[in-house]
Amino acid sequence: MQNDNLVEIEDVAFGYNARPVLKGINLTARRGQVIAIMGSSGCGKTTLLRLIGGQIKPGQGVVRVAGESLGELDQAGLYRLRRKMGMLFQFGALFTDMSVFDNVAFQLREHTDLPQDAIRDLVLMKLHAVGLRGAAQLMPAELSGGMARRVALARAIALDPMLVMYDEPFAGLDPISLGVTGNLIRRLTDTLGLTSLVVTHDVQESLKIVDYVYFVSEGVIVAEGTADEIRASGLPYVHQFVHGEADGPVPFHYPAPAYADDLQLGARHA
Amino acid sequence: MLKQAIENLGNRTIQGVWRMGFAVRFFVATLLHSGTAFRRFGLTIREMYFTGVLSLIIILVSGLFVGMVLGLQGYETLQRYGSESALGTLVALSLVRELGPVLAGLLFASRAGSAITAEIGLMKATEQLSAMEMMAVDPIARVVAPRFWAGVISMPLLAALFSALGIFGGYLVGVKVIGVDEGSFWSQMQSAVDFEQDILNGVIKSVVFGIAITAIALFEGYDAPPTAEGVSGATTRTVVTSSLAVLALDFVLTAFMFRGLN
Repeated sequence: MQNDNLVEIEDVAFGYNARPVLKGINLTARRGQVIAIMGSSGCGKTTLLRLIGGQIKPGQGVVRVAGESLGELDQAGLYRLRRKMGMLFQFGALFTDMSVFDNVAFQLREHTDLPQDAIRDLVLMKLHAVGLRGAAQLMPAELSGGMARRVALARAIALDPMLVMYDEPFAGLDPISLGVTGNLIRRLTDTLGLTSLVVTHDVQESLKIVDYVYFVSEGVIVAEGTADEIRASGLPYVHQFVHGEADGPVPFHYPAPAYADDLQLGARHA
Repeated sequence: MLKQAIENLGNRTIQGVWRMGFAVRFFVATLLHSGTAFRRFGLTIREMYFTGVLSLIIILVSGLFVGMVLGLQGYETLQRYGSESALGTLVALSLVRELGPVLAGLLFASRAGSAITAEIGLMKATEQLSAMEMMAVDPIARVVAPRFWAGVISMPLLAALFSALGIFGGYLVGVKVIGVDEGSFWSQMQSAVDFEQDILNGVIKSVVFGIAITAIALFEGYDAPPTAEGVSGATTRTVVTSSLAVLALDFVLTAFMFRGLN
């Protein structure tokens, strides 16, 4: 019987050099759902995506995708699994020396022996799904930030993956592009039967489209729940994050000596 | 103070050794993943256009001027001994043995090497290499290996063209402008230049320089910190390191090939 969970993360810890980033994370992503991983900048969200993509290996714990433990896979196994994954990077990461069409066709040409006509049809279908069929011949430098991300999304779903990961898909977008991107993530997840993992700190936009949310802070999951549960949460960290309050469990001021000491007020009046 | 200095020295040594090890692993991985560069030769041809064809102008113009200067200087020296008819030999041997491979190498490092480093470094900084990895495409096989072999193939061709244009420049100045006898210019060159000793050794040199320059340029790009400052530093290091490598390798190869140390 097929496991209902596509991604399972059990007690995962990871650090860069001596600096721990994740300290025992547990997380599951059910098939067909849009899952958001939220948290302030630098809390380890992107690291979590890189662990799920197998780009880095955990120091402790297990990362399982479609029942396969990533730590136990060799490069060939990892590449086989990655063909079932898509990833949308923060700024698209489109290949700048290729047209929009060639970017979307890249995986099809690398991993399949499909004839050119079939590749052309598939690419145009994927571009149509993100509303950019007419931009097929443009170069990445000619696209706006929102368009580049939609092309990257078309490229990410080119091989009909089972899992798509989004790294800050809403960062730096205007309100129209923001809505378009959010709706696309939801619509593609539902129509293609994907599982989507969205790493973001855009609370309002993501709560409109997600099924389940995990909050990460200081390397651990501090809260989880459905969008409604998160909105109603009384946890100080979640409350501060959802309502965008400047001060709270995440302090406004970076740790520093006492203000008066720093300004040498005592010494001047002495 | 002293303890800190020793610690810094130790750190730098460890980092240097680690980087050297990474460079060797990177080079071995490039060789092991070279299959793609030959199976899909179109990728390599495309890179040959960027590294080779686009370097043609600077190589041809420089070759022509170097040959013309050799013609002038060579005539000035040789006519003191009444040997101006040996001008063709002097120009050809200087170019084919030394100046062709070395100067073409230095120009190649500045023009193509820096471009390769900047391109790979920017691909890394804009996450294009990570995106490729996430699409189950190995960047070493798809991006690095075709560029490596394009550089290795282009370099001897560019050095040959540099030497050819240089000889033509020497001919223009020596024969057409100064008036050295055309027959002795070409016939002395033909009898003095040995295919194996001179031309083949020159080609070997240019292949070795091509390997060194392209490997350094690719490694520096791949290892560049993903920032504007990181890419600019890597590009500078490529030009400096590969230029020094060309000069050092030239000395070693010359010592072996022409028994220069005897």
